[in-house]
Amino acid sequence: MEKPFAITLSVESSLANHTGSWRVEKPEYVHRMPPCNNACPAGENIQNWLYIAEDGSYENAWHALIQENPFPAIMGRVCYHPCQDVCNRSFLDEAVGINSVERFLGDHAIEKGWKIPAPDVESGFKVLIIGAGPAGLSAAYHLRRLGHDVTVRDATHAPGGMMRYGIPKYRLPREILDAEINRIKEMGIRFEMNTRVDDVHVAMDEGFDAVFLAIGAQLSKRAYIPASEAARIMDAIKVLHDVEEGNQPLLGRKVVVYGGGNTAMDVARTAKRLGAEEAVIVYRRTRDKAPANDLEITEALEEGILVKWLSTVNHVGQHELRIEKMELDEKGFPQPTGEFETLEADSLILALGQEVDFSLLGNSADLDVVDGTMTVDATMMTSHPGIFAGGDMVPADRTVTTGVGHGKKAARNIDAWLRKSTYENTKNTDLVTYEQLNSWYYTDAPHVVRERLEASRRAKDFSEVVKGLDESNALYEARRCMSCGNCFECDNCFGVCPDNAIIKLGPGKGFEINLDYCKGCGICVSECPSSSIVMVADK
Amino acid sequence: MTTTPIKFYQVGSFAVGNRLLSEEDRSIQSDPNRTNALTSGHRACQGCGEALGARYALDAAMRACNDQVIAVNATGCLEVFSTPYPESSWRIPWLHSLFGNAPAVATGVAAAMKAKGRTDVRVVGQGGDGATVDIGFGALSGMFERNDDVLYICYDNEAYMNTGVQRSGATPPAARTATTQAVGSAPGNVFGQGKNLPRIAMAHEIPYVATASVADLRDLEAKVTKAMSFRGARYIHVLVPCPLGWGSASCDTIKIARLATQSGLFPVFEAESGEVTSSTPIRKKVDVEEYLKLQLRYAHLFSPTRNDAVINHLQEMADKNIRRYNLLNQSSES
Repeated sequence: MEKPFAITLSVESSLANHTGSWRVEKPEYVHRMPPCNNACPAGENIQNWLYIAEDGSYENAWHALIQENPFPAIMGRVCYHPCQDVCNRSFLDEAVGINSVERFLGDHAIEKGWKIPAPDVESGFKVLIIGAGPAGLSAAYHLRRLGHDVTVRDATHAPGGMMRYGIPKYRLPREILDAEINRIKEMGIRFEMNTRVDDVHVAMDEGFDAVFLAIGAQLSKRAYIPASEAARIMDAIKVLHDVEEGNQPLLGRKVVVYGGGNTAMDVARTAKRLGAEEAVIVYRRTRDKAPANDLEITEALEEGILVKWLSTVNHVGQHELRIEKMELDEKGFPQPTGEFETLEADSLILALGQEVDFSLLGNSADLDVVDGTMTVDATMMTSHPGIFAGGDMVPADRTVTTGVGHGKKAARNIDAWLRKSTYENTKNTDLVTYEQLNSWYYTDAPHVVRERLEASRRAKDFSEVVKGLDESNALYEARRCMSCGNCFECDNCFGVCPDNAIIKLGPGKGFEINLDYCKGCGICVSECPSSSIVMVADK
Repeated sequence: MTTTPIKFYQVGSFAVGNRLLSEEDRSIQSDPNRTNALTSGHRACQGCGEALGARYALDAAMRACNDQVIAVNATGCLEVFSTPYPESSWRIPWLHSLFGNAPAVATGVAAAMKAKGRTDVRVVGQGGDGATVDIGFGALSGMFERNDDVLYICYDNEAYMNTGVQRSGATPPAARTATTQAVGSAPGNVFGQGKNLPRIAMAHEIPYVATASVADLRDLEAKVTKAMSFRGARYIHVLVPCPLGWGSASCDTIKIARLATQSGLFPVFEAESGEVTSSTPIRKKVDVEEYLKLQLRYAHLFSPTRNDAVINHLQEMADKNIRRYNLLNQSSES
């Protein structure tokens, strides 16, 4: 084309001018690790399922959730939600009520009867799971989804383990527990209840290709306490088990519980519901040093449970016991003071922690046990090839969620082991901090508080204490998620680019950068609310 | 406020869009089919606030007027970086004449359209602060006085950036420019001079005057849309940070505009027929220092020694704006 005098360019749009050549750094969309996901013992991708739930796609959100954890309705009741403790939203107003949304999704799934998808292909491998608690059931579920033939054996008559025989009904109603376990049964998993496994190796020789051990920690720890002959001393696990089986233990009018863990709280609250006029917890250290979850302590105190902090039981009589006051030394250990007090007590329940009952395993001398727990490697395999273990019997936090996480991890590693490959789980370590978010963009929206039963009413029966959310406030709660480190399509990058160099790909597809025009100014990065764009060197 | 806040969709109306909002609740800029009146390939610096402000404003004007808009541009960065002959970034009928006559040319275009019976075609005059508050000031005042049917938009980056950062009548006190160096007993631009053009425009009692910034897209879009609903002379003054002239990081352009509004140094308000009708409340109040310290043009206030007298003086200006425009004490969350 003929050009005007002294003009070297053509008459045209500036689109001919690729200003991207000015750039030394370029923005890049990334997926970073939100703190909630990082803290989840079951390895849930919380940010992802909240994101899906935010537009009301509950069924999809539920399916995303159960990729990692088959028990949302149970989790939404018994999980101590470490995710919420680290939620970045707590720096803005209050943590997102992740647990309440999880429960909503779980309950919604039960109500709608959503099913777990069948495995694509049958693998032909047979796996035996010993123990039908959270770890065993989670492993069974994940193995079945991977196409394996799964058998679960347990000595009790109903599956659930500590979820049934340890956690009282007022925290986990049994119809919820049954509904989520039944869904797993329907996947075609064989349950052999009332079947104690006395020898792992014999069981394995029945034709199983691998075994997952998850027998839990059922043996109550004992402490030597001088007691008169008529003293009633019971152990907490047995009491909770009996209540579940419908055998009401004789506790008397005044009950003392010894211990400061979650089991102590549960058994004291149960005693109150069984009609005890007074339930007193005796614990040798202070509240902040007690192993029980603070929420459980709060709920127990609300229900009128009394706690004698810094006290040990010194002698147990028929209708009273003597406690000794303690004080903490510089190292935080309780030391006796020589001051005594007498409490009225018809019975003493010991909740001093649990140990693994290795006698259940019979001939298992070739499995390494150190300090009362079974040694497993990074793949959850014991010292015997093909035998894996998890849950309370291996060293870890003894919570339902941790057990569920173990089950999943073991299942994926068992699957890899059976197929003679390795399970690669490269955890994203790029954790998002609050400072990295652009909090300006988030609207102030306080947390929805779940309704709880009046303390005076709830201590009388076993109705569920914490209520759920309805659909409108569950949706609101999900939408409080700040989507740390992952794009949630707020269009900010698309809007704030002075060079129109962001391409919007449409709903669910996110954005792309047009490097022909991106000058690398970085505005999209600094104005991204969720810190899901980063600047990288442009080579 | 012109905009109606949207509640509880994570980012409410603060972000550009949001997949959870209905189409009509999204900003014009979130639309993949927006006009892009100023398209890619322009030669503005990295992180240019003016390029952003111009696209925001003109896309909104196009949307409000069924795409029947003619833009008249004064000389300045916006003209130079968008249209180095024979290339242009404009996707809108666009005229450039001289540095000082954009308001007069815009008046002429409006008169021509009226003569042709094309009252559907609307005219936007635009320029930087130099063209507006200094060089084209007489022509602009005349346009206001005659109440010509033009929306004039000033993209204020507070100095003559295109020619090398010389002081303009809109340069704030204490700012360092090429002609107000940070030397002597009163370093940077002097206090007590300069022109507050939104208030001068209000004094003409024209139908509509508003201020806005690139930090609040929805507010800017709403004001342009509202301005297009009036006939007669209208004026919108948009704060557009300049990384080059202000000595700020290119990625901080919007952040700095936000801090200008949240400190009170740049009050965001609108006025009709000479009276203030609303102002945008400060959402997260900050001291002026937060705003100043991100910009090298104010570096002399912090090093080698901190100049509290000047910082306090600037804070007093911000506080005065807060009182004058009632920027606090409105119902808070928006």
